[in-house]
Amino acid sequence: MTHDDGMFGVQGTGDTSGFGGLAKTGASTGSSERPYGSYFDELTDDLERAYPQFSEAIEAVVVYRGELTLHVKREKLEEVARNLRDNPKLQFEMCLGVSGVHYPDQVGRELHMVYPLLSMTHNRRVRLEVSVPDADPHIPSLVEVWAGNNWHEREAFDMFGIIFDGHLGLTRILMPDDWVGHPQRKDYPLGGIPIEFQGATFPAPSERRSYQ
Amino acid sequence: MTFDPYASATETTEGRVYSVTGGDWSDLSTEIGATKEERVVVNMGPQHPSTHGVLRLILELEGETVTEARCGIGYLHTGIEKNTEYRTWTQGVTYVTRMDYLAPIFNETAYCMSVEKLLDIHEQIPERAQVIRVMMMELNRISSHMVCFGTGGLELGAITPMFFAFRERETVLDIFEEVSGLRMNMAYIRPGGVAQDVPQESVSRIREACKEMRKNFKDNETLLVGNSIWMKRTKDIGYLDLAGCMTLGITGPILRAAGMPWDLRKSQPYSGYENYNFDVITADTADAYGRFLVRMGELEQSLRIIEQCCDNLEKLAGAPVMVADKKIAWPSQMSVGPDGMGNSLEHIRKIMGESMEALIHHFKIVTEGFRVPAGQAYAAVESPRGETGVHTVSDGGTRPYRVHFREPSFNNLQATAAMCEGGMIADVIASVASIDPVMGGVDR
Repeated sequence: MTHDDGMFGVQGTGDTSGFGGLAKTGASTGSSERPYGSYFDELTDDLERAYPQFSEAIEAVVVYRGELTLHVKREKLEEVARNLRDNPKLQFEMCLGVSGVHYPDQVGRELHMVYPLLSMTHNRRVRLEVSVPDADPHIPSLVEVWAGNNWHEREAFDMFGIIFDGHLGLTRILMPDDWVGHPQRKDYPLGGIPIEFQGATFPAPSERRSYQ
Repeated sequence: MTFDPYASATETTEGRVYSVTGGDWSDLSTEIGATKEERVVVNMGPQHPSTHGVLRLILELEGETVTEARCGIGYLHTGIEKNTEYRTWTQGVTYVTRMDYLAPIFNETAYCMSVEKLLDIHEQIPERAQVIRVMMMELNRISSHMVCFGTGGLELGAITPMFFAFRERETVLDIFEEVSGLRMNMAYIRPGGVAQDVPQESVSRIREACKEMRKNFKDNETLLVGNSIWMKRTKDIGYLDLAGCMTLGITGPILRAAGMPWDLRKSQPYSGYENYNFDVITADTADAYGRFLVRMGELEQSLRIIEQCCDNLEKLAGAPVMVADKKIAWPSQMSVGPDGMGNSLEHIRKIMGESMEALIHHFKIVTEGFRVPAGQAYAAVESPRGETGVHTVSDGGTRPYRVHFREPSFNNLQATAAMCEGGMIADVIASVASIDPVMGGVDR
């Protein structure tokens, strides 16, 4: 992709207010200390008992703002997901989709996929997070575990270029089939395409004018 | 046959393709009737009056039986999630309200709840603001269900429910206009509270509107509940049982019509829903008629909640509607003028004439916005269509790093294949109408 300064020629953080230095680096992914509080201790214990490879598969357990996040290695994602779904003490029968985040600064783990899970049986929530490098954007598909992930994974592929191995119809879903690029990535500019009218073409918003 | 640009036939590797957008149907049926092939692939939409918006359905038919049904979506994709990353946290509300345009208040509330979680102020939201949020959400639930009945009935050939449904919707939109200055896409719920207070005189008007709506809901009820034509079109149609709902991640009326009493307002209360008396409506038929009955029942429950909200609003008259922290709260008291919502004149007088510091503060918080601590949060509300979940990520700056909406419409539309395959083509319409997808939410 060609270099683009973004809307109005803004560089770096794209802070349009003129008050520089407002952006901070992303939150670190260091593990939280026990006790986690709430039902989180019980939940992680139950998962550890149900899944002996817990320490190997879970890179970090983060509790933030009353929410539990398990950072999972992608090789183990499907096993962890199946255990979370099938173990009667955990029983996360619903996956509420897939949300991607692109962190270009986190070298070697640029692309994150976030899976919010819900257990209606126990009325609990947990979040799984997987990170993969930009150069090798492969994540195992969870459609076999939760069929409803089908479209969500297609959307994540469409928006971030993540390839979900094992997905049977990984095609674009929101953008046209012949679209170039993955719009939700941070290196993809807002706007970015010329607007076509009959008989005339207007340049992309990012190329119209530069306020610098 | 002479060449017709609107109904021409071409040969492809997949077989013969007929484009029908006008012209003489009898020519076409003679032509198709001549072929031996029973299997026909029909492309329905995206510009079709019965597909509930710009939804494209690709149906494989054997005679009139649907053997495969697939959805084509994305025709309304406007990149709202991407746009929020280029505006402040408060401006984000203006974008997300345009996703599911029939349930704007739910989008706003879910988004604001996730921002408040990140700010760690979700327990400091003033009670009056919470009451207003609940009231606006329930009003919105009524107007959204009304469009579901109206357009759903229209798609099945019943025109009268539309007239009644839109009359009630109009009542709700008038209240929205009085409270927020806008009828749709109000950007009324803001991080920290709501944009402005509900005028005290509106409360009695809302009470009256509730009474009137309760009376008027009967019109559609007598028209549709137990109506033999309506039941023939919806009963046992679009069947999706509990197991199917679970694996497909279906929430909302579809799940409750399959017999699961799951409602986030009860199971994981937010905005003070635990303080209201209402019932979760369920059905056990798991079909389009059951979903219709669930929605019908929810109207009365919404009215009950709104009336309790009115009581609370009277008790809490004059209480703040925005968080006390001046570093987050919008600096001025907004007011509804003849041209919509804006800064109150009193505030303008103060910052322009009296206090330089107030002017600087106003300028900074409006142009630059507030900073939100780095991290991620997920907040969910029970929208008319199911769980609307918002995953928000902050990098510590004044603008979102990522906002992702888990739209129930997007998720639930996946059930189209499970509901329609094996049924008749006419029932596809009833099934899709019972999912009640809003394409603005599906495509975002």
